[in-house]
Amino acid sequence: MNPAGLLEQARRAWAIAKKDIRIYYLKGPVLIFGVFMPVFLFLAFFLGSRQLPLSFLVSGLVGMTLFFTATAVSPAIFPWEGSAKTLERLASCPVRIETIVLGDMVASVLFGIAITAVTIAIGLAGGLPLLHGPTLGAAVLLAACCFSAIGMLLAVPPTNVPSNIMMLSSLIKFPLVFISGIFVPLEQLPGWGLALAICSPLTYCTDLVRYAFTDVSYFPVVTDLAALGLFALACTTLTMVLHRRTMPRRM
Amino acid sequence: MTNGPIEARDLTKVFGRTTAVDRVSFSVRQKEIFGFLGPNGAGKTTTTRMLTGVIPPDGGTALILGYDMRTDPVRAKQRFGVVPETANAYTDLSAWQNLMLMGELYGLSRTRSKARATELLEALGLLDRKDQKVQAYSKGMKQRLILAMALLHEPELLFLDEPTSGLDVQSTHLILSLLRDLNRAGTTIFLTTHNMEEANRLCDRVGIIRNGRLIALDAPERLKAAIERVHRVEVSFDREVSGGDIAAMEVVLSSAREGDKWRLTVEDTDIAIREIVSFARQHGAGIVTLNTLAPSLDEAFLRLTGEVEP
Repeated sequence: MNPAGLLEQARRAWAIAKKDIRIYYLKGPVLIFGVFMPVFLFLAFFLGSRQLPLSFLVSGLVGMTLFFTATAVSPAIFPWEGSAKTLERLASCPVRIETIVLGDMVASVLFGIAITAVTIAIGLAGGLPLLHGPTLGAAVLLAACCFSAIGMLLAVPPTNVPSNIMMLSSLIKFPLVFISGIFVPLEQLPGWGLALAICSPLTYCTDLVRYAFTDVSYFPVVTDLAALGLFALACTTLTMVLHRRTMPRRM
Repeated sequence: MTNGPIEARDLTKVFGRTTAVDRVSFSVRQKEIFGFLGPNGAGKTTTTRMLTGVIPPDGGTALILGYDMRTDPVRAKQRFGVVPETANAYTDLSAWQNLMLMGELYGLSRTRSKARATELLEALGLLDRKDQKVQAYSKGMKQRLILAMALLHEPELLFLDEPTSGLDVQSTHLILSLLRDLNRAGTTIFLTTHNMEEANRLCDRVGIIRNGRLIALDAPERLKAAIERVHRVEVSFDREVSGGDIAAMEVVLSSAREGDKWRLTVEDTDIAIREIVSFARQHGAGIVTLNTLAPSLDEAFLRLTGEVEP
């Protein structure tokens, strides 16, 4: 057995992901930020925007749920573990820093997908037609990877105070929701709004989900998938590099 | 240079303007218990963290079991265990779940993990409460669990940072006894401690660090002896001997009668004992008691760390 080999490190990342799921996902703040927040935001816009079709809003809700759930846990894990000194325990085990980050990302991806699946099931039960299942599956998977990497990026500042990170996280997450075509269709955005929307991976996720339910998308599907893939790759690479730099300062 | 399990060469760590560890070099031999002593803030924990790959050094190298901790930390970590200063098991998990997690992180099979976990929990008196969440454990129980987590993969080298600090007598005794057994079975142990008595009883050699610099490194007895330029020997005979004859011994610098004993100040303990034995034989006296009165490791520590003037 080569403990430093990729396969062995992947197995150990899975062990970290299982630990995260067991310990962190049922914590109050996680549930609030991950599940309740998008539901209440959706309800607010649903009641206030009666001219928008339900299929549009549900597609937005799916994208938003995935975004909030996949980024709900990952930013807080490092500060929690840093203050409890369990991060030092992990750091003294035969795992790379990238393995720890990957484990946290995998847990985040699974949590995001699981909660989003419930939202999709509710949409389907409400009578929404699923027109492009594989596209929806690919969109959810790619977006979950991308959003969990964004969540880990938010955890880069080496603070061990979870509330600091959660505040930073909210500052970045909420504006993203409003510029990503969730509540206002991309077609109706002004030029500057569209320019901002293009910079948000949530835009491509929402566009793909909308396509899956309504057969209509603003960007070509291939463009959406490629953009999400590129965002996922870039954010994952960046989070690995930055955590390698800042991790020792947490100890 | 022969490579021991731990080779620290010019290890340096700087935090802002403070040099926490300043070019510290030492080597730990195979199968020895090495004590790392120093006052609070001397650099013990920082050195241990660099040796265990938790933080990178700013200078120098740490070779652990032949692996450079900068370039190949995973292979080294696979073969050593760490008991950190703060008990850091996951308190939301049970002892059993913590151990299974460790098993997975060290690449052990599930069967092996279960067997080792049972064995260790039994030895450390935690088997009855293995399914209880760690948050309900006492400090001593948490520390015993941390030790079990560090030993699950049967490491050949064990790092312990203040393992018995603040523990009850029972936990302390259990941990120290286990450490002795492990060392007898061939495990090399690196131990930082404040407890001089513990270091004196356990360690083959001790290193003393002060203000980030290693100021002494030797066997505890030699360290104790080295801080005194003169030594004291106490002897009693089964018959009366003259004070003049005692004082006439070449090695004796001064002598004083205390009850039925003579307290001698000598330059060299080894020569003094030989001369006393020879003196007794020449005077037809039997030796009833013969004690060397070395300073305690506490005294040596205080003297070396500058907390007490010589």
